Amino acid sequence: MSENGSRAVNGRAKAVALMLAAGVLAALPFWVSGVFYVNISSQILIYAVFALGLNVLVGYAGLVSLGHAGILGLAAYAAAIALAAGFGHAEAILFALAATLAGTAVFAALALRATGIGFIMITLALGQILWGLAYRWISLTSGDNGINVAARPAPFGFDLSDPNAFYYATLVVFALALAAAAVFIHSPFGASLKGTRDQPRRMNALGYHVWLIRFYACLFSGLLTGVAGILFVYYNQFISPQTLALTSSAEVLLMVISGGSGTLLGPIAGAALVVIVKNLASAYIERWNMLLGAIFVAIVVFMPEGLVPGSVRLARWALKALRPPAAGGPSQKAEAP
Amino acid sequence: MSLWLLLAINSVTLGGLLFLLSAGFSLIFGLMRIPNLTHGSLFMLGAYFGASFVLWFHLDFWLAALLSALLVAAFGAAIEFLLLRRLAGSTLAQVLVTLGISFMVADFCLMVWTGDPISVATPAGLRGTAPFLGLVFPIYRLAVILIAAIIAALLWFLIDNTRLGAMIRAGVDDPQMARVVGIRVSRLFTLVFALGAGLAGFAGMIGSPILSVYPGLDADMLPLALVVVILGGTGSLLGSLLGSFIIGFLYNFGQALVPELAYFVLFLPMVLVLTLRPQGLFGRHAP
Repeated sequence: MSENGSRAVNGRAKAVALMLAAGVLAALPFWVSGVFYVNISSQILIYAVFALGLNVLVGYAGLVSLGHAGILGLAAYAAAIALAAGFGHAEAILFALAATLAGTAVFAALALRATGIGFIMITLALGQILWGLAYRWISLTSGDNGINVAARPAPFGFDLSDPNAFYYATLVVFALALAAAAVFIHSPFGASLKGTRDQPRRMNALGYHVWLIRFYACLFSGLLTGVAGILFVYYNQFISPQTLALTSSAEVLLMVISGGSGTLLGPIAGAALVVIVKNLASAYIERWNMLLGAIFVAIVVFMPEGLVPGSVRLARWALKALRPPAAGGPSQKAEAP
Repeated sequence: MSLWLLLAINSVTLGGLLFLLSAGFSLIFGLMRIPNLTHGSLFMLGAYFGASFVLWFHLDFWLAALLSALLVAAFGAAIEFLLLRRLAGSTLAQVLVTLGISFMVADFCLMVWTGDPISVATPAGLRGTAPFLGLVFPIYRLAVILIAAIIAALLWFLIDNTRLGAMIRAGVDDPQMARVVGIRVSRLFTLVFALGAGLAGFAGMIGSPILSVYPGLDADMLPLALVVVILGGTGSLLGSLLGSFIIGFLYNFGQALVPELAYFVLFLPMVLVLTLRPQGLFGRHAP
């Protein structure tokens, strides 16, 4: 896909769209009615940060992780344990970020022994081991009972126990995470990461350290996931092993894939979709996991490139169908393997 | 002293069950190049089917085990034939489909059999213990070990000494070339998938008097199968066998000695193998 031609126009349109989106999101507590919807919006933003983190690996490094809920849980548990031990919020958050980075480094060093399917298997096993630790290491994690977090922080005098205030704090963190992800993806490092995804051997021959590039990508992904984990534990004021289960890893992977991996906005759309469907569904049916599985199968079988690129493809196809056919016929489109 | 002996017997029993589970997993991985994430669900499904045959229809335990193995094998063949085959060539999509199915199976089991654990009675005649050399051995566990050993020997014979086994080995080593020389690799896929599913279902049923049947059994068994295969190497029966016993021992002794860190103990051999020999102990190529 080439976008050189109308880059300036595209850029301006993007800026306008971005301002609009920011305005809509900033005014959200005024136009949605009720705490329930504000809280759902906070949830969407938290999961969007999580999905952005996973998308760095899935979309840009071509590495599918099924253990990311473990990393989210690691951050959440680290923060909760530090808070329970009597540390202040700033220390707890710093400790959680440091623990997440250290944990992710170990995670990545092991999982990057393989790529492709092997990476999936190892991350799945590691994620389950983290879940097992959260579940069984009762003296540290209180096992199935989980850990309560007594209070949300009050940075600069804003008490985040109010849902609207928490929503704004989440929005700020989300905007920062999105900006960080955008800078990361469009940086030379992001370009080399995409290179290792598409042509690892060629990148290696060109003198890039493929393993190290992937390792740094894992760290960045872990950092975003850790931020989401801290938001998560403050939002729920509770963390239990359930959060680390394979279903959670699969949920966030579904967000990335359904929105369209390898796009900046896809995972955000996916997060909104999954959170809304989950909340709607749980109001009517008990069987969320059945629905999650069915959506998974349906999306993989019928719309493998995700909803956002899928809709773009459908719109393009519709536009082409409306226009008279060009002479010479369309050039062959390269398919991703 | 008898505690250690009991732990050792439990470890060998769990190793046998894990072998039945992971042999199929490993063969499917070796042949189709995908980790079948429904494998834990197939184990659980086999246990639930068998338990229902015993409790609802009062069938004989072994008949129930065979029937549930056949049912689960048919289910596995259906997954391969109806879904995975459509996605041939896209391994990621295949893995995700197996993940999606595993959630649906888990929820289905919760819906049908509710959240209460079901305990299956040990088959008559194999209850109690047998004294031998002044020590006592639980008979049923010995029987499970014997069954696992017999199935291991049969699998060996199948893979090493039959025409079908030769075709499977060819498919594992080089699917394209196997196709070129006229082996119907797609049909092999369905067959191996059904075989692996049947073994998993059978293991679930004969494991049920020991492990009991409960929601979450799938999520407990799948990581064990994964770790076994990461340890032993994909597509290798010998690797599965060795990996199963290593994990069987580590899991039981870990649970007895450091109950809080039992899962963490499993992690150590995996770290060692991944750092020193990423393709697994007996694997031919890295996963």
